[in-house]
This record gives sequence, C-alpha cells and structure tokens, in this order.
Amino acid sequence: MKQSLLFLLLFATGVVLALTGMMPAALLDGAISKWVLYLLLFLVGIQIGSGKNLFAALKRYGASIMLVPLATTVGTFGGVALVSLLLPERSLTDCMSVGAGFAYYSLSSILITEFRGAELGTVALLANIMREFSVLILAPWMVKKFGALAPISAGGATTMDTTLPVITQFSGTEYVVIALFHGMIIDFSVPLWVTFFLSL
Amino acid sequence: MLSIFLSIVTGIVAGYLLRNRGFVKYVSTFLSVVIMLLLFFLGVSVGINQQVVNNFATIGMEAFILTVGGTLGSLLCAKLIYRMFFKKKGK
Repeated sequence: MKQSLLFLLLFATGVVLALTGMMPAALLDGAISKWVLYLLLFLVGIQIGSGKNLFAALKRYGASIMLVPLATTVGTFGGVALVSLLLPERSLTDCMSVGAGFAYYSLSSILITEFRGAELGTVALLANIMREFSVLILAPWMVKKFGALAPISAGGATTMDTTLPVITQFSGTEYVVIALFHGMIIDFSVPLWVTFFLSL
Repeated sequence: MLSIFLSIVTGIVAGYLLRNRGFVKYVSTFLSVVIMLLLFFLGVSVGINQQVVNNFATIGMEAFILTVGGTLGSLLCAKLIYRMFFKKKGK
C-alpha cells in the first residue's frame, strides 16, 4: 500500500511539474523510453525466473492450481468485454488491453502509453490502481461473498507482492502458495496480453 | 510484440540461471526505481497532453467502469472454481 501511494505520488508530481511548465517536452524521448521498457520487462523476467515458489506450488496442488489464474483471466476478460458496451468511444481491444493489466498498473500503463498514447495509458493506470486498492480495502467482503479464492482472482498480478498480506489474513495461510503461484503466472501474462490486444 | 516477449523470456532464463546468486535480491529494488522513473515520466506526458488534462474526469470514470467489470468478472469465476474444486467438504 505504501509503495502504491508512492507510485501515485510520483505520477502526480510528474503531472503537476508538466502543468506548471517546469518539464520540457524534450525529456520525453520515445527511443529512450522504449529501451527503459525493455529493461523493465527483463527485470520482471528475472524476478519470475528466480522465484522458487513456482514448482513447489505445482507439486503440492497439481493441475488444479492452474484453474485459479485461468478463472482470473476468463472472468476479467468476460467482465471487461461486457462493460465495454458502456464505453462506445473505446474499442473493445483498447478496453481489453486495460483489463489485461490485471492490477499491474505500472507495467500496463507504460506499455499502453508506448503504443496508444498517454490518454489510454492514464485509463490503464487508474483502472489498475483501483483494482489493486479494491482488494486492499474489500478483501474481507470478497472472501465472505465469493469464497477464499476471490481476493486472489481480484488481485491479479499483485497477489505475489502488494496484496499478499491481506490475502493471507482473510483467505487464510493455506492460500499463500496459491496466491504466489497465481501472481507469478498473471505477472508473466500481463505484457503478453496487453501487447496482444494492442496489436489486434 | 516479439521484442517484448524476448525481453521477458531472456529475463526469466537469466533469473532462473542466477536464482542462487545473492544479487537477484536487489532486482526488485532496482525494478521499483525503474518503475518510479517511468511513472514520473508518464505523469509528465499526461500533464503536457492537453487532451488528457481536459478529460480527466471522463478518463477516471472510464477507468472505474473497466475496473468494476474486470474485478466482478474475476470474482464470479473465482467463486465458481472455489465451489467446484477447492471448498473443503463438510465446511
């Protein structure tokens, strides 16, 4: 939560500095940001690859553990496709790319900004921050109404870091391994889904 | 798209090969710094973009609608598989 607030604060500082004209547009060189993006993805990969929980979790739960990230993905895309009808100015694929952030707001908004510009990038940033915050705030309600896997699915890619504490607390410690596994799989899928929908 | 896929896959392979080295612990810190920089610059590009600034309320509303859709959809699917595969019997 602290980190999310810090990220939001940095974003806001950038907005304010630009609004007051203190940031020259020349700083926003497209070529540099592309390379920084590749660096970012490379680092995300290192984190996924060096994690030791992936295989241990697979052994313990067998194939049924794959159902959790599958439910998250299917449910998110289904829900987003449905509400995209309320947003006639946005194309289905643009909406799907925002949904494909799975609460991983930093990576998804940066990717979407790169390919579609700052406007959709900001939608992605806000939407995916809201998704993370919904878990941090509503986890007890989610468990009560939708079962112990609910905050894991809602948490998307964040279930191996920022939302793990609330999941542990409200779903129970027996769900920690599932949450870690789920976070890793969704984490890995975010850049792939986002670029997939943007390339359609 | 290919370069994005390659960046992340090389990362995973590198991470797997180097998983027992001490310095992978610092990757997450370095990652946070890179993300902070990028988010700051995203903020700058939003602030410079007059169209985004003028439509900020609409953008926020769109984001909210997409969040509700995606989150509720995933909650419903989570409920379904929880009932079918994970819920302990007799509980």
